[in-house]
This record gives sequence, structure tokens and C-alpha cells, in this order.
Amino acid sequence: MTPPMEHDYMGVNDTELRLGLPGSNGRVADGGATGGLTLGCAKRGFSDVIHGGSFSEAGEDAGGVTKAAPPPPPAKTQIVGWPPIRSYRKNTIASNSSKNNNDDADAKQGNECHYVKVSMDGAPYLRKVNLNRYSDYKELSLALEKMFTCVTFGSYGVSAREMTTEGRVLDLLQGSEHALTYEDKDGDWMLVGDVPWPMFADSCRRLRIMKGSDAIGIGKAPKAMEKSRIRN
Amino acid sequence: MVGRFRWAAMFPDEVWEHVFSFLTSDGDRNAAALVCRNWNRIERRSRKRVFVGNCYSVAPTVAVRLFPEVRAAVIKGKPHFADFNLVPSDWGGGAEAWVEAMAEGWPNLEELRFKRMVVSDDCLDLIARSFKNFKVLSLVSCDGFSTSGLAAIAANCRHLRELNLRESEVEETCLNWISHFPEPFTSLVALDIACLEGEVNASILERLISRCSNIMTLRLNHSVPLERLVGLLQRAPQLMDLGTGKFSARHNPQLFSRLESAIVGCKNLRSLSGFWEPGLTYLPAVYSICEGLTSLNLNYATVQNPELVKIISRCKNLRRLLVMDLIEDSGLVAVASSCKLLQELRVFPSDPYDAAEPVSLTEHGLVAVSAGCPMLHSVLYFCRQMTNAALLTVAKNRPNLTCFRLCIIEPHTRDYVTQEPLDTGFSAIVESCKDLRRLSLSGLLTDLVFKSIGASANYLEMLSIAFAGDGDMGLHYILSGCKNLRKLEIRDCPFGDKPLLQNASKLETMRSLWMSSCSVTLGACRQLARAMPRLNVEVINESGRGPLAAQPDNCPVEKLYIYRTIAGPRTDTPQCVWTV
Repeated sequence: MTPPMEHDYMGVNDTELRLGLPGSNGRVADGGATGGLTLGCAKRGFSDVIHGGSFSEAGEDAGGVTKAAPPPPPAKTQIVGWPPIRSYRKNTIASNSSKNNNDDADAKQGNECHYVKVSMDGAPYLRKVNLNRYSDYKELSLALEKMFTCVTFGSYGVSAREMTTEGRVLDLLQGSEHALTYEDKDGDWMLVGDVPWPMFADSCRRLRIMKGSDAIGIGKAPKAMEKSRIRN
Repeated sequence: MVGRFRWAAMFPDEVWEHVFSFLTSDGDRNAAALVCRNWNRIERRSRKRVFVGNCYSVAPTVAVRLFPEVRAAVIKGKPHFADFNLVPSDWGGGAEAWVEAMAEGWPNLEELRFKRMVVSDDCLDLIARSFKNFKVLSLVSCDGFSTSGLAAIAANCRHLRELNLRESEVEETCLNWISHFPEPFTSLVALDIACLEGEVNASILERLISRCSNIMTLRLNHSVPLERLVGLLQRAPQLMDLGTGKFSARHNPQLFSRLESAIVGCKNLRSLSGFWEPGLTYLPAVYSICEGLTSLNLNYATVQNPELVKIISRCKNLRRLLVMDLIEDSGLVAVASSCKLLQELRVFPSDPYDAAEPVSLTEHGLVAVSAGCPMLHSVLYFCRQMTNAALLTVAKNRPNLTCFRLCIIEPHTRDYVTQEPLDTGFSAIVESCKDLRRLSLSGLLTDLVFKSIGASANYLEMLSIAFAGDGDMGLHYILSGCKNLRKLEIRDCPFGDKPLLQNASKLETMRSLWMSSCSVTLGACRQLARAMPRLNVEVINESGRGPLAAQPDNCPVEKLYIYRTIAGPRTDTPQCVWTV
């Protein structure tokens, strides 16, 4: 049921971080950007995300402060070392903002957002998804596919219980070049799809789209994953 | 001439030493040392504290020989931009040469503070064994060592008072290094292990804290659970400075009341930090001591505005506040009305890369604080929009600013109301704030702002520039003005060879200059290096172009680090760094 793979977008140049000036010509959404990263087939996907899907709440104005701010910027090249914050702080924030939403019951009631960062191997940018917006794996998978067009994750339509972990991995590998994995509350990396959706949505801290070949062994042996996580 | 100064020799050296002992600042002692040869000799022979702002500016053996009585040393290594991954990790800043020289020449050393240095376990081992009176070890933003090295320090430094690892990267090789503090060890006053990523045995920590009755500063890492924090506070009610580490647990009213009592019991608490993953149910436990707080660091607390305001508005005596932009403009308005003694404010971005959850923190918050807090002199502010009008207001409200660092997250951002560059705003800041020592610029800026800075910023010591300027004149204005400039760091600006060559002698009056992604060529670096033998001109090229010595003059330089030195070119440069 997987759509045919679009051309491999991960050309060598595309993964190069450039110090282009995003204010002028680095934006992915611009045509023919010379200074920035371009993912040819991803352009359409990003504008969909910006103007349609999960980020529409960015337009809401809280607190009555007038903001003449421009619309949320499209995905931009990540400039090395900018903004100038310590990498120490980046790591802490990344795990904090998703953990904070998990641990506190009070926070959950008032807070409908469960944003987790999504990284893709080979892409220097991160995206974020709000897991509370989806009710099952299929919706999440579709949203991610839209966000990172040219990537497919095999079929999540089948109930997790019906497939063994091994079966899942093989299916993914055959059907696509990428596997969707997540880091859970305990810091282990697991394949997405193995547990019931509510349990997943509750324990997921981060998502990572890995190359299929790297995904072997996930979910069964968390320690083995450590090595490839460190390597990456 | 000799007759006029003979009075200096009328007193024995010991008298002058005693006089100099009242000079507490390095600057004053340096000035005294320049008066005459006698004073120079006496001063340096009696100097107890030495500050080396650039570890490569002098050879360690020379420093140790010149100042034989030093008891406390501060040494700094990598350039500031190393914090943002702009400096190759193998660039240098190794501490071995210093530790070896100090072990040899300063056996009575008591305090050692390293910043942005690479400190190995061997160094820590040598420190532990060499200084019998060692009292203070501070490793700020350092790396290269592990908990095994810390175990050696713990085991051997019988009189250790302070162990500070702030923001360092530590490998976890020895699990229970804290247990290496021997039983009779009781001298600890300050312990900052907040940066440790691994588990810390809370029971061992408790025993250590119990027997160190003078402990004043305790900054824990994330691994200490809230239940154990209660125990620690009960054993150290004299604490003045607490880093809570994690601050969450499952909802438990008994735990809450025990925590609250334990905190109330710490009547001397003046400084709070930590609060990673703070549980909203437990934050109110700190309300009772808020009024006594002078320093509050919530910059890791991903907590929303209402909770933040509840805490901060109780902190009537706050001098220093670090917080995330989740505080929003309305929260800063509350700060402006509650924290009238505020001197330093730092607002960090909760979501620096992705505006998916935009936060309502704008220029209004900054203006509110500048209006409401008359003693505010130090600002670090990350935001997404700014106007010249707001900056003018801040400049008018707060001419007493000494440190103003504004980071508008998107480069080249204009005044969003007038669409103009932010030149007039920043110019107003430097013209009004006559004591400004440190300035960081951002937003869209032309050469005009540099003209103002060069002309007005007479006391400016450190300037950070990114994505700004039109051309060479911008840099020329800075280098030909700014009389007291010590550190200049520039990235992604269209500054080229001319201003560097025209102002070569200025560079010797400064500690260092960093330029990356600008328009400097190798030829200019060669000329500069030839003309200025007391500068090290280091060119960093990481794109693997082949040996730099073979490249032509017009080869562009990726990264450039120039610093004054009496030590000559260093011998520990990695492959990607070439001293021209």
C-alpha cells in the first residue's frame, strides 16, 4: 500500500549546512535559493504545513499584545551557532519541553499541546509535531509524510498487535527506505507502532526518522540502539 | 630624575608589600607595577592573585616565574564563540602546560579557576597531588575530564572548599566519585555539580553534606529526586545558594508539605536555580522564601507565564533574574512592578529554532523593565521583534546600563513598525549609556551604528557583532574608536582586509579579535602577522583545502582569531589552525 518512492532527495549537497543569510535568500520556500538548503521535493510539503496543518495555532494572538509580526517563517536553514545559545541549553530545552508536558497531570489539563521534535537523518533541520492532534498512527504517519515529503513509513493501518516486531521492521524495510522511531520516557529508542497509540502518545519524547538500515534491532535491544545513536 | 623617586627606596620592601595588599583590583596592582622598577619588582613578587584572560598570551613557565607568590589563578582558554560551536573542538586551550608549570612553581596554590579550557583527568590528578593547601577548583565551560578525575580531587584535596563544574562537559567513568571524599573531610563550602548528566548517589551526597557543616552552596544535578532534596535541605538549613536540579515528582501532598517545611527551614537562602522539569504542583513550595531571594534562575524551567509570575512577584528583593521568554511581556510588567531592586535580567528563548509556538515576548517587556527597575544595569534579551523607538526609550530610561546584549533571533530583522534598520536605536544606547562595558548587536544594521559606537562607546570592553554592516567602514569605525575595547567578536559581516591593516596597532591594545565568515583574505593575515610580531594571527580553515602555507594571498579566510601575546606562536595548533 505504499506509494512509490520519489527520487532520493538526499543528494550530498542538500545536507551541507551553509551559512547563507536566511533573511535574504536562504528560505526553503523561495524558488532557486542559492544561499540556503534546498530540498526540491520538500518545498511543497513545507508550505502545506505552514499554511494548513498543525502549525495554524501559531496565528493566535494571546494576551492582547499587538504584534505586527510577520506570518510564521517557513522552515529555514539552521545557521551554525545561531542564535547564540549554549549547546548545553539546547539539549536541556529539547528534552524539557516534551518531558514537561508528560509528567505533570495539572499541566495536561490546561495544556493541549504535546509537541515533540522530529528529526530526520541527513536533514539538518528539526520539525515539531503536536501528538495530541492525532488519534492514531495513520494520522501521524500522514502528517509526517507531508512534512518530510519523499519519505514513506510503510503501513500503520494494521493494528500493532497483529504484527510482530520483526515483521514490522521487515515490512518497513521492504516498503520504504526510512523507519520512524521514537525515544520513550526511559530514554530508549523504539520503533513506532509497537504499542497502542495512547501509550505511545503518552511516552513519546522525541521522534526520529532513521534510514531503514539503521533501524534493525530497535525496540528489542535498547542498548544496541545506544551505539548508533551515539554514532549519529 | 633619580632624586625624585628616591623616597620609594626609603621604606623596606615589606612596607610596600603591605601597602599593595590593600590594592584589591588587578588593574590597580598593574598600575602600581608600572610606576618604577622597585615597585614593579615588589608588586609582582608579592602578588597573590593573577588573572590570565588568554592562556596563550604568556608562557606558563614565565608567568609562574614572574609571580612566585601566587595563591589564586584564573585562566581562560577558548574564544567566547566556542560556546556556539564556531570553534573547532580540537582548537586548543589545553590546561596541561599550565598545570605542570604551576605544580612546579606554585606549590602553595590554593585556588584555580579555569574557563573554556580542556582539562584532562591527568591534569586533575596532578592538581590533586601537587597543592597541599588546595581550596578552590572551578571549571567553568570546560571539558576533557571525567568523574575519575573528580574522584582524585575528592580523595586528595583535604582542605577543599569549593568544587564548581558550572556548564562543563564531564564524562561519567567513575560512578561513585563523591564517595571518594574521605570520612574526615568536612571543609566543603560550595559544590556545583548541576552539569553532571549521570546519577549521583543521593545517600552518599547526604552523608557528605551532613558532615560539611559550612556548606553554603549546593547545586544539584537532575538525578537527585525531590524526596532526597528534602533530606539534603534538612541537613543543610544554613544553605544560601541552592540548585534544585529536577523539581518534580508525582503528586503527593505529604511530600509537598515536607518540601515546603524544609525550604522554610533554610532561612539563609538567597539564590535559587535548577528547576528542570519543574512540577507545577511543587513550585509553590518555594513561595515562603521568595522574599529573601536576591538571585533566581528559572532559565531552564519550561513553566508558563502564570506560574512564573506567582513566584517572581513575591521576590521583592531580587537583584538577578534569569528566565525563559515564557514569562512574556505581561510577566515582565509584573517584574517591573515587583522587583524594584533588579540589577540583572536575562531572558532566554524557549524555542530558538522553530516559531511553532510563538511566545508573546516582544520589545514591550524590555521597555517595561527598563522603566520600572531603576537599578537595572545588565540585560541579555532574546526576542523576535524590536523597534528603534523601544531602544530609544530603554536608553533614556536606563543610562546606567553597563551590559546590553540584545539578540533578535532572525538575522537582519528591521524595525517592524518603520521597516528601518535598528541603527538609531542602538546608537541611542551607546550615546546614553556612558558606562557601557559590554554590547551585543543584532537586527538589521548599517555602518551608521558602528560610527556611533566608535565615537561614543568610550568604556566599551566587549563587542559582539553578527550579520551587520555594509562594508569595511563599519569595522574601521570600531577599531579606530572604542578606546577601551578588549574583545571584539564578529561573524557574518562584510568586513574585509582594509580596516584590519589600517588599524593593526589597535589589535595590540586588545586581548583578542575573532572574525568568522567575513571577507578577510589570507594575504592580509600575512601582512598583519609580518607587521605585528606580538600578535598571533591564527587562521582556521576547516574545509580541508590543503596546507594554508601554500594558498595564494587572495584565498578567503573562514575564521580568524588574533590575539596579543608575549609567548610567540603556540605549538599545539591542530591541523585546521595555522598561525600565520
